[in-house]
Amino acid sequence: MTQPTVGPRPSVFKRIMPQLVILAVALALNVAVFPEFFHIDFRNGRLFGNLIDVLNRGAPVALLCIGMTLVIATKGIDLSVGAVMAIAGAVAAATVVDGHSWGTALLAALLAGGLCGLWNGFLVAVLRIQPIVATLVLMVAGRGIAQLVTEGKILTFDNAGLINLGAGTIAGAPTPILIWLALGALVTFGVRRTALGMLIEAIGINERSSRLAGINSRVLLVCVYLVSGLCAALAGVIVAADIKGADANNAGLWLELDAILAVVIGGNSLLGGRFSIVASLLGALIIQSINSVILLSGLPPEFNLVIKALLILGILVIQSPRIGNYIYMLRASGPQPQPDPLVRQRPEKEAAQ
Amino acid sequence: MTFKTTLLASAIAIAPVAAFAADMTIGFSQIGSESGWRAAETTVTKQEAEKRGIDLKFADAQQKQENQIKAIRSFIAQGVDGILVAPVVATGWDEVLEEAADAEIPVVLLDRTIDADESLYLTAVTSDLVHEGRVAGEWLVNEMNGADCRIVELQGTTGSSPAIDRKNGFEQGIAGHGNLEIVRSQTGDFTRAQGKVVMESFLKAEGGENICALYAHNDDMAVGAIQAIKEAGLKPGEDIKIVAIDAVPDAHKAIAAGEMNATIELTPNMAGPALDALEAYLASGAMPAKWIQTESKLFTSADDNEAIFNMKKDLGY
Amino acid sequence: MTNISTSDRPVLHARGISKFFPGTIALDDVELRLMPGEVHALLGENGAGKSTLIKCLTGAYRRDAGVIMLDGTEVEPASTADSQRLGIGTVYQEVNLLPNLTVAENLFLGRQPMRGGFIARKRMNAEARAVLQDYGLEIDPAEPLTAYSVAIQQVIAIARAVEMSGKVLILDEPTASLDHDEVQLLFGVIRKLKKRGLSIVFITHFLDQVFDISDRATILRNGRVIGECVLAEVTQHDVVTMMLGRQLEARVKARDVGVAGKTLVEVEDLGKRGMIAPFSLDIREGEVVGLAGLLGSGRTETANLIFGVVPADQGKIMLRGQEIGVTNPRDAVAHRFALCPEDRKVDGIVGDLSVRDNIILALQARQGWMRPIPRAKVQEIAESYVRALDIRLASLDMPIRLLSGGNQQKALLARWLATNPDFLILDEPTRGIDVGAHAEIIALIEQLRADGMALLVASSELEELVAYSTRVIVLRDRKQVRELAGDEITPDNIINAIATEEVA
Repeated sequence: MTQPTVGPRPSVFKRIMPQLVILAVALALNVAVFPEFFHIDFRNGRLFGNLIDVLNRGAPVALLCIGMTLVIATKGIDLSVGAVMAIAGAVAAATVVDGHSWGTALLAALLAGGLCGLWNGFLVAVLRIQPIVATLVLMVAGRGIAQLVTEGKILTFDNAGLINLGAGTIAGAPTPILIWLALGALVTFGVRRTALGMLIEAIGINERSSRLAGINSRVLLVCVYLVSGLCAALAGVIVAADIKGADANNAGLWLELDAILAVVIGGNSLLGGRFSIVASLLGALIIQSINSVILLSGLPPEFNLVIKALLILGILVIQSPRIGNYIYMLRASGPQPQPDPLVRQRPEKEAAQ
Repeated sequence: MTFKTTLLASAIAIAPVAAFAADMTIGFSQIGSESGWRAAETTVTKQEAEKRGIDLKFADAQQKQENQIKAIRSFIAQGVDGILVAPVVATGWDEVLEEAADAEIPVVLLDRTIDADESLYLTAVTSDLVHEGRVAGEWLVNEMNGADCRIVELQGTTGSSPAIDRKNGFEQGIAGHGNLEIVRSQTGDFTRAQGKVVMESFLKAEGGENICALYAHNDDMAVGAIQAIKEAGLKPGEDIKIVAIDAVPDAHKAIAAGEMNATIELTPNMAGPALDALEAYLASGAMPAKWIQTESKLFTSADDNEAIFNMKKDLGY
Repeated sequence: MTNISTSDRPVLHARGISKFFPGTIALDDVELRLMPGEVHALLGENGAGKSTLIKCLTGAYRRDAGVIMLDGTEVEPASTADSQRLGIGTVYQEVNLLPNLTVAENLFLGRQPMRGGFIARKRMNAEARAVLQDYGLEIDPAEPLTAYSVAIQQVIAIARAVEMSGKVLILDEPTASLDHDEVQLLFGVIRKLKKRGLSIVFITHFLDQVFDISDRATILRNGRVIGECVLAEVTQHDVVTMMLGRQLEARVKARDVGVAGKTLVEVEDLGKRGMIAPFSLDIREGEVVGLAGLLGSGRTETANLIFGVVPADQGKIMLRGQEIGVTNPRDAVAHRFALCPEDRKVDGIVGDLSVRDNIILALQARQGWMRPIPRAKVQEIAESYVRALDIRLASLDMPIRLLSGGNQQKALLARWLATNPDFLILDEPTRGIDVGAHAEIIALIEQLRADGMALLVASSELEELVAYSTRVIVLRDRKQVRELAGDEITPDNIINAIATEEVA
């Protein structure tokens, strides 16, 4: 019914091209340090290989960056996602330890994450506190809340259903991979097939103008923080399920920074506006590929942070506006692109006057 | 000052009387509750105090030295008989310890030492991190009994002293045994999640069948790694021998289930030896050694891990 | 226009100065002639280009075209420091001295008298005292600057600028925060400097002060020089006329405002404390009500209050006889109101979104995010308005910020026309846009009126208002002072209503 019959949409492929190239380079680096990187076999009823690990281990950051992309598109930031992960993991673990089913635990965790998101949204949209400050509150307090839930220890559980969410497989594929792929598709579809995406971008670019155009920016802002909280809750459940325990001290620690980095590597501006969830997800995979290079290289761990920093610095430099301009200039000296049909069809002045 | 001295003198005078211990008040400034082990240490310290009929005044510093100094000052003001401190950092203690010395209140350091004149504290009760690593190494040497073994190592947080010392200790333990070789060593940040992630990469990079043993700097990482090994279709504890340090309840559980082979205890009971030393000093003025090393006990499948698990699980780990 | 009697060579002669910003022409071939020993007022409404011109002269901006001659030689100031060295000193409304230093230190900062590598403090204070006496100030230069009033600080700033530069002094709204006596103190200093042969450019919004102190004036409007005059030969009325413009006078003859229909919107005693006094007005279908008044008279505030941009704290709005609540723009849009704001960049366009998305924005916001407008329909709407309004663009996908000012304005009009409004409020619809787009927008307003829409148009372009308004409401000091209808609507009547007390 809503077939895009008229007018070429700016190509999605063109938008994510830089991220695809960088991901390809990152994967190539993996092959360089470990030639069998792409080897995948079927072992113990599950797909087994380094590429699967990248997809699987990238799940928490991938999930976080879905919500983070939307928040950043509104010119905001959500520093609390790591702490929300810890809360959600703790809540899920405590629920199954109490003897409830995994479904109940998942719902409880999502409820906790949703409440955290609403809290952030309330501070930002209603009280008008700057997002970085507003979400800092929960970033600091959230881990404490999680520790209260777990009573300061790693809350171990053995509920098979819950463990399946993090460590299980569906048709051989690790569940976390399927979860982030599904959620990424769902949210992308949700914002692009409704007008949400455009309205979010509008308030991120110019909230005053958007408000004057009749957009309910307050509700939209609360919504994006809510989505971010829910994504974080899901990530928290996965991480807890993966190790069969809720580790309030360490779950999601510093992952908010990785999520922000993924969004940035995805070419989304921290100043808000146009966003691409797909590009952010590629950013998450790029980060995980870099982690994989470090692990596979066998270098002493003292090099970890240096290598990661250098690779990310390289990526950001390549994406910087100045280098971008340079690449554009190089391209522009090639064959000229065809002008848009609209220009040629310019109609005569019409009877407006 | 003179009042204090009189008080102390009279206390010593009546020391042999059994009723004395019941009147003893000890202040304990704990770092916080950043890990399960720390929580267990707090629990055990309270238990030890109760066992001896000591009135324990507990202060949680929430990772801040200023809170610890504040707590120590308030202990001094309350005129406690002795102070236990688990110092959060190594420096900056001189002034407050001098105040304690002026008040003639003995101070015992738990679990970590500090950079200050030895005369400022009675003794320090700590484990020997290098020794722990060495015990792990020696266990593996015995276990392999000359067979070739390629070892992977999960280090603690890069640059932290437990990571450095436990690595060195293990290397000392296996030194001179050419059949043992550490083939991969990477940090797992002392966490279960990273332990699992890094073990996954070890299994792929080396091939699971080529790894004979895992040495993890703490049990949490080992527990994470066990899951990775299972997911790779191998049997932890059989296909890959696992030795780690800390002896947390989950490690005993894993050993009982045959998924782990050995763990070396970092005892949460630092307070026991500390209170022994304090009581002896207050009773008879007996000066303990400046460093009391806790036992680094090795637990293997030979022990009743099920029972130990049940005993330990409520300590707050 | 150039009836200047003196035959001297100008001290400062700027010719053909042009400055372009993306989407607008800030200065278009501007000429400024500053004679020796004269006080020259630079006049114009906000946005006319006064400060842009000053910034080009002092090197704060790079101009895009034009020549600056100082004492007959061409100069090229690259920065404000550079222009100071050349002899052009500038003093701004906000005193930009260092409050924590002493008066003497401020006066000599960067060129302190030195002895053996140290500042010769005694000598510096003595020299400062002597300099300040020339300006009629008997103050202790060793005191910190903050010990003295803003007016004295202003004089110190002038002294510093004159001592460092010495040829041309530019005073950018120096009196804005001074009271009457302080203004006189400052004028005393200016007269003294004038006697010393210094040439002074004086910028202010207060016409009384202009006539009090200045010899000649250059009047700017929309980035162009409207006239240069000897102030002794003109009246305040003439100056206001030039500032507000009467170039389209010919159109007035063609005034045809049609027949208004039923009353659509009635505003009763709507007001907000501290923003605008309560006002009432009613607007009928097929009618354009013009809002006239100088800058800051309350035009924009009136528009914003009706549209709910700022919620009113008293009064009510009736739509077709029914009272409606308008507490935010969403309410207004729901009642088919529309507002094209004055500040296009801040309140209008969503710069990085495509032209297509900008056009569809208000309609989509009204429909809600759950009901996206199908892409084909979006394309159809956007294309039809691009054609109807002749919006010049390379592609509907290009970000709207890349369009010129006039095309941005047309796209914003398209955004609101797409919502099919009953009541359209336009705030300065023709500000800062090129002549062609200007005429098209006026034609569009007339067309919409003929189609039966109710319009409220705030504009500082009087001829425009005269051309299309059915009625004109004149605002002064945030109050309605006069309503003109029918043949009363002439530029002269509007100016008289604005200027009667404003200028007195």
